[in-house]
Formats: sequence, structure tokens, C-alpha cells
Amino acid sequence: MTIKANPRRYSEVLGLGVHRATRVVPNSEIIGPIDSSDEWIQERTGIKQRLWAPEGVDIIDMASDAATKALANAGISADRIGTVIVSTISHPYQTPSAAVLVAARIGATNAGAFDISAACAGFSYAVGLADGIISTGQSDHVLVIGVEKLSSWTDPTDRGTAFIFADGAGAFVMGPAAEPGVGPTVWGADGTEFNAIVVEPNWLDLRKQLQETGEFRWPTLHMEGQKVFKWAVGSMVDVCHQALRAAGVTPDDIQLFVPHQANNRITDALVRGLKFPETVIVARDIVMTGNTSAASIPLALDGLVTDGLAKTGDLALMVGFGAGLAYAAQVVRIP
Amino acid sequence: MTDQEILDTLRSIVNEIAGVAEADIELDKSFVDDLDVDSLSMVEISMAAEEKFGVSIPDSELKNLKTVADVVNFVKANK
Repeated sequence: MTIKANPRRYSEVLGLGVHRATRVVPNSEIIGPIDSSDEWIQERTGIKQRLWAPEGVDIIDMASDAATKALANAGISADRIGTVIVSTISHPYQTPSAAVLVAARIGATNAGAFDISAACAGFSYAVGLADGIISTGQSDHVLVIGVEKLSSWTDPTDRGTAFIFADGAGAFVMGPAAEPGVGPTVWGADGTEFNAIVVEPNWLDLRKQLQETGEFRWPTLHMEGQKVFKWAVGSMVDVCHQALRAAGVTPDDIQLFVPHQANNRITDALVRGLKFPETVIVARDIVMTGNTSAASIPLALDGLVTDGLAKTGDLALMVGFGAGLAYAAQVVRIP
Repeated sequence: MTDQEILDTLRSIVNEIAGVAEADIELDKSFVDDLDVDSLSMVEISMAAEEKFGVSIPDSELKNLKTVADVVNFVKANK
């Protein structure tokens, strides 16, 4: 006895929307506790300022704002969304998910909703999932949101991380298509490098420490910067090539390169390694935004659109990489 | 590979990654103090050197590679 499944099809990006955090934090404001300088931060990372959400603005607020804008951009109403995926490492509740709260806030009353935790690879992971969900007919329209409030999880005295992380949200609305608007997603993970980027202490360790010693240590991001830099520069060029090949294109066919905005120097190294033609537009949103993990790719793409550098029909190579260690990449066509 | 070929290849690597003029890259020069090459660039330079020279440069070795001559000698000893 055979069971029925939906006809297979392709997916495409229909709309993009972002929420840029409103509190501008220049390097001068954060260098005190880490005994650093504006020049050093700019040289090592490219960052001139980062955007943080003010007190009282949380990831549900930011994600909902980005989602609402993406829906308007796509011309799709919230009730037509079949799935809401939120990629975040900033949600402070063990349960329920951020996605159910966002769905309720924006009126996505017909949507299934769940979070994914894939840090800086999260947006590309979620786009890959959405592609699959649409392709199998699970849903017609999927809202993919990357959102972070990393300022809540950053130690201002940590010399390795205090100047890097930031807040924001970005969203795609994706829908069915007769021709592929998204290339196959290449993704992977290496959990042996769990400690390379980690939020510690975890809640159970925190509770144990509090009970045993009375000491309270708030969970914050810790990163082995050089190790992550070496991994990203060493491994992501090949990942990008795999994503290009999977989509049947070459670096010469790409108009926009939108890597996760981890560090401008990593972006430089990837551009060198991929040998893009001079005409490729490279996203460097990190300079004025900081590293917003799962939100960085859609924020960077939105920056290119706002500056008139991204046009409808352009092909963009997106690659996310980071804590896990984990990575995901795909080619998408700009709506 | 002769010593000169190693130095020339290294010059081209450092020039490409850190933008230092090849003419300035001499054996006795310190990467950090003389050539203004920071530790992130050193990671990249060592990765490129591994590829070009077919050697392995463990992370623990990086701190010992202070001058251009240090890298040339390491490559010679480990090729």
C-alpha cells in the first residue's frame, strides 16, 4: 500500500526585511574595560561601531519587526505563512521557542513554528530547511528569521569578545517557484571544537556553583579567536566552492558575496581565496553593525540593497560559519 | 627549492596577505616590529606557507617565527 506525498517543486526568496538595533555604540565607548583602542579594533576586525538594542527591546521585538517588513516586501500576509523558523542563540527561555512568540505577535496564525540553534551558521541553515519545507509541499510560505541580542551575553571585560558582538534581526519570506531560486545548501559541523566559541557557564553549572560557593557568574560568550580565524579561513573557501558547484555556477556568475560578518579580515581572506572577479560586491556590514551572528547575513544583504548595490535577479553567495563549529552555505537569487 | 626561491615565494605570500612591499621583506626583518604584520596575518601567512612549501606549521610553532629568516629556516628544516 503506497502512501501519498506532495508533488516536489523548487523554492525562492520573495522578500527581505531587517531590524537594525537603534543604540549606536562606537569603539570609544567599550575600550575602557578591555584596555584597547579604536585603531586596534578597526585593524583586527574592521569594526568602527556596533549596534545594540536598548533596554526593553528584546529578540521577539526585533524578529517581529524584521518579519513584518519582509512580509510587506514580499507582498504576503502573515496568515499565509505555513512555517516560522527563528535562528537564534539569544533566546533566554529554555521553552517555549522564540518562533511561537514571533508567530503570535505578527499574526501568523496558520504557521508551525520552531527555533534552531546554529549560531553564526544559523541563517543559512534555516534557509536550507525552508527550501526543503517548501520543496516537499510541507508549507507554501516560510518565514526565516535570524535574530540576536548578543549584547546581553557579552562580558564587557573580556578582551577577546567585548568589541565584536552586536544585536539585530533579518528575515526572508520564501515561497514556491517553478525554477530554483535557492541552490542546494552545503552544511556541516565539527563538535570536537565545541569550546572554540561557547556561552559559559551553562545554567546547570551556574546553579551548582552558586549553591556550592555562593559565586554567581552570568553566562557570556567566550571565543578562541585565532583558532576560529584559522578554521574559517582554512575551511570556508572549499565550502563556498561546494555551494557554487551545487548550484551549477562559478565565482564569475556571482554578483554579491554575503558572508557571515564575523570579522572583516576573514571576509578579506575568503575573497582572496575564492578569486572573485573585481566586479563582485562584497558585503562589509560588520564595519558599522558589529557581528550579529544569525542576523548578520540578512542584515548585510539588506545593506547592499539599501546602497543600491544589489539588484533583483542578482545571484548572491551566502555562507555562515561559527560556533559549533558549524557552517552552511548556498546561492540565492535576489527577489 | 633553493634558499632564494623560498625567500622569493615567502615575499610574494607576505605581500599578498599583508600588503608589505616585497623589497622590504628581508631575512633579518621582524614581522611584528619591522613589517607591521599582526598575529592574524601571521596565521594566514603560515597557512599559505604550509600550502606553498608542503610543510606543516603547528599553532604552537607560530610564536617562534618572529623574523623572515625564522620562516625560511623552518621551511628548509621541514620540507
